[in-house]
Amino acid sequence: MLITSIGQGLLWAPLAIGVFITFRILDIPDLTTEGSFPLGAAVTVSAMVSGQSALVASLLGFVAGCLAGWVTGMLDTKLRMPSLLAGILTMTGLYSINMHVMGKSNVPLLNQRVLTSYLPAGWSIDLQTIIVGAVITGVVMALLIWLFKTRLGLSLMATGNNSAMSAANGIYTDRMVIIGYMVSNGCIALSGALIAQSNGYADIGMGIGTIVIGLASVLVGEIFLRGRQMWVRLSAMVVGAIIYRFLLTVAMGLGFPVDDLKILSAGILVVVICLPLLRQKYQTKQQLKRYLKQIGVDSHATETSSLKRQASPEGLLSRDSK
Amino acid sequence: MIGNNGAGKSTLLNTIAGTLPADAGELTLAGHRITRKPIASRSRWLSRVFQDPKMGTAGELSVAENLTLAAQHTGSMSLKRYRRHGQTAAYQNLLQPLNMGLEDRLTTQVKYLSGGQRQALSLLMATLSQPELLLLDEHTAALDPRTSQKVMALTQTIVEQHQLTTMMITHKMSDALKYGNRLVMVQDGQIKLDVRGEAKQNLRQEELLTLFAE
Repeated sequence: MLITSIGQGLLWAPLAIGVFITFRILDIPDLTTEGSFPLGAAVTVSAMVSGQSALVASLLGFVAGCLAGWVTGMLDTKLRMPSLLAGILTMTGLYSINMHVMGKSNVPLLNQRVLTSYLPAGWSIDLQTIIVGAVITGVVMALLIWLFKTRLGLSLMATGNNSAMSAANGIYTDRMVIIGYMVSNGCIALSGALIAQSNGYADIGMGIGTIVIGLASVLVGEIFLRGRQMWVRLSAMVVGAIIYRFLLTVAMGLGFPVDDLKILSAGILVVVICLPLLRQKYQTKQQLKRYLKQIGVDSHATETSSLKRQASPEGLLSRDSK
Repeated sequence: MIGNNGAGKSTLLNTIAGTLPADAGELTLAGHRITRKPIASRSRWLSRVFQDPKMGTAGELSVAENLTLAAQHTGSMSLKRYRRHGQTAAYQNLLQPLNMGLEDRLTTQVKYLSGGQRQALSLLMATLSQPELLLLDEHTAALDPRTSQKVMALTQTIVEQHQLTTMMITHKMSDALKYGNRLVMVQDGQIKLDVRGEAKQNLRQEELLTLFAE
């Protein structure tokens, strides 16, 4: 079960990385995801059915995702639309595009060689998936780590962090936002391409819930692995995608029907959004305690007295009567 | 530049900086027509320090990374590594004169710095490329009196050292009288008073206040 989760998680990792780029670097919740993920799948599967090799088809999927990101980026920056709305519009439009690309709502892969078929047939499917996933995710990560070491990468980070200041320092922020959208949706579409090959088909509905999956992976990853360096942050996304898959596999093993997985996904997202907030609260409390001890105030005394105050009904009553 | 709230000081500054598009007229800076140029391309000739210390720096990035943004401000699309050899020492030398202890905090994220430190860093970044025009938008208004004084003194030093043409908005009469060689008072979108040189040196606070009241 864990091995399968690792393999599947690695295929989903580019999605988490893509969402990370818009959500964390650019500080934009980008809903294009729901359209670019099936777009990657649709383009890749259609290309493979019409005779392209799996590698070329996957790259085409990536490029298609970049184009989708470009559209959202243009809507956001040039037409000055709120980014949420821009994403919704592209996502909705992509539904029709995906239908046109596929011609029908579900296109199966028949005898085409998918990426895993390039590996020795004797290896188990889990091993094949892990290797393909690891290689592709590794390449994506390496390229991004390089990108964020360049001046362009720094401009991207600055734009997401403080747009006004970035513009004042000579950064064309609109361009940066568009590039960010493109890279992000390219990665997301690539993930769609990998999942379609793993499933053996592209389906018009496979994008539903991907933004929740992506966000949940980002947040789960950040709970387990934290740091400022880009390689740590990107590794966290991979870890997040794998753990998220594992949670879903466990849920399915417990007998949750497939139809209930979406609400479970949403539930997981709620939990992982709240968890860091609670942790922060706890840490602040601990810090305060340590500080009070340091400056010589007996924190225990103040705490018990406050507890007493809370426990005393007279105190509550008297406050009410005032 | 002084004036009541709503007089048009910030509007003028924002128009020069490019945050507000000009409805009419021409903006020429050192021979360059910048009326329709976007903010980013104006940055080649002008820099700005904002009122809010948080505005002038990227909080998530480190001190060194912020300085890099200013130091390499024409290469924002470059695919070269931004960390350069010998950069740390160069940045330390730049930060030393600020006397804010920033030289030991190159890798600290800017969000952990105090308002005064952030504003001093903003000022340094804005003047690093020695712009043709430096815009200061009430840049000490959000600081406590002592830090505010320190940042003003620092501003004076840097402006004099590099001989920068500077335009400062302030609500502090004393600062308006003490610093600079020209004083402009704006009211209802018009320039009401424009004194320079010796006449400005001889100007008294009481005279200014009566002008304000009119």
